Amino acid sequence: MSAKNKNRLWLGLVAWACAIVLFFPIFWVAITAFKTEHQAYVPTLIFWPTLESFHEVMARSNYMNFVGNSLIVSLGSTILSLLIAVPAAYSMAFFPTARTQKLLLWMLSTKMMPAVGVLIPIYLLAKNTGLLDTVTGLTIIYTLINLPIAVWMAFTYFNDVPKEILEAARIDGANAWQEMVYLLLPTSMPGLVSTALLLIILSWNEAFWSINLTSVNGAPLTVFIASYSNPEGLFWAKLSAASLLAIAPIMVLGWLAQKQLVRGLTFGAVK
Amino acid sequence: MSTPSAQVANAALPVRPNTSKFKPVRLLQTPSVFLLLLWMIVPLAMTLYFSVIRYNLMMPDVTGFVGLDNYAFLFNDPAFWPSILNTLLLIGSVLVISVVTGTLLAVLFDQPFFGRGIARLLVIGPFFVMPTVAALIWKNMILHPVYGLLAWAMRLAGLEPIDWLAEYPMLSVIMIVAWQWIPFAFLILLTALQSLDLEQKEAAQLDGAGPIRVFWYVVLPHLKRAITVVIMIETIFLLSIFAEIFTTTAGGPGTATTNLAYLVYSIGLQQFDIGIASAGGIIAVVLANIVSFFLVRMMAKNLKGANEK
Repeated sequence: MSAKNKNRLWLGLVAWACAIVLFFPIFWVAITAFKTEHQAYVPTLIFWPTLESFHEVMARSNYMNFVGNSLIVSLGSTILSLLIAVPAAYSMAFFPTARTQKLLLWMLSTKMMPAVGVLIPIYLLAKNTGLLDTVTGLTIIYTLINLPIAVWMAFTYFNDVPKEILEAARIDGANAWQEMVYLLLPTSMPGLVSTALLLIILSWNEAFWSINLTSVNGAPLTVFIASYSNPEGLFWAKLSAASLLAIAPIMVLGWLAQKQLVRGLTFGAVK
Repeated sequence: MSTPSAQVANAALPVRPNTSKFKPVRLLQTPSVFLLLLWMIVPLAMTLYFSVIRYNLMMPDVTGFVGLDNYAFLFNDPAFWPSILNTLLLIGSVLVISVVTGTLLAVLFDQPFFGRGIARLLVIGPFFVMPTVAALIWKNMILHPVYGLLAWAMRLAGLEPIDWLAEYPMLSVIMIVAWQWIPFAFLILLTALQSLDLEQKEAAQLDGAGPIRVFWYVVLPHLKRAITVVIMIETIFLLSIFAEIFTTTAGGPGTATTNLAYLVYSIGLQQFDIGIASAGGIIAVVLANIVSFFLVRMMAKNLKGANEK
């Protein structure tokens, strides 16, 4: 084996070791979820897998409510943010003015406000309007906190559409509507889909507002899992099953969209 | 608020200036602008207002303007200064750990090796774990003094297991949060690294530069901008770290893991003192501005270099 190949092998081994260490907690949860409560405390990989814990978690009267709330809140807020953000991004990308850049930066700056700075008034507003502990309230908050990201991401994707194509279409007599349907949407659809994916991931995992504004009726999975804090957290198999169900779908989405996420998470600064 | 990412974004923004005639299509921006304006001004104004009045949900009869009394009361709260320190300690440690580890991992994963694609998925995995799940896995299955994996491993090595969350509470919280943010730094930095010209690296190697010199003089300068972005985005999120503390230590023992976000929560939503909690909220906003001010100054030089290329 040449020295270069040997180096490469070592490099690969080190990289894999790091990957396994970092992923280990997740792997461990995935394994424990298929054990019985008894087996869960034994650090072994050899056991007979069972779905017992999943059945028990599902049977917990309201588990499906939390799943439903998570789905409604993250899908609802994503759709709402896109509906508001895409038209704005469209007009900023294709009809920019001298102020467009400043406007975009200002939108970004709203993300700098620490959530805790507005926790108290938002909590009181929600309480006084009856939106505390409702999916509606949480959906509104998520729509607002994700709006700047949605505008930015959609804007950078629209900006990638070659303007020449649009001009050519206009010369050929296409109107704005045809331009939108036949050119813009198809070319920027992958971008809009990854925008949606990022928004879903962010709202699914959001845990500051969900813990503070909901408890039972409007609570998503983040809050349900937090309820395992004490002393139920020592039922490892059930905790693991519930956790696995809560994180697996989002992790798969995240893996599928990893390349596009970078652009969204860095507001287009790193592509 | 003037912000550091504004500077990053500035460079990234390819807006084509246009002759400015009013076009109805610009009205499409109105809902976004209006909502964000509302979101930014109304709650902040309310926090500011609450912070100068006496307002306790348990004592609805006691009201009135109190000036800066709430702030004075807050500053004298024995949990206040520790919470500021904890906030800064948490942000600082997680930033250092995630950026350094993320950079090293990115360099490692920039080399070809067997199964790289899959190993990469494993590394970014923790970023997609919701904070409450991450906190509980660590608390109950890894750090637990009796049943936790670390305790098991330490007993196996003949050592006395450690009750991490009781003996080293802040370190434990830092570990949990860093575990979630290393993948983020890694993902961003790896993406940035892959856009590096191979020719640049090869030219340096031909000139006789070893791997460390190539890293220091070619790779690191190339990553500057991406590192800046990572630091700023992480700072925004880390300022409001809450769920991890809420589910593991509830700010304790004592005030050992109480950060500003948790303090505001406990004064406002547990003790129902809206006035004092709002003063805490304003302090958090001020702190965010101070932090971003220093970040901007620190990064401005680096960015200038990176942008002029």
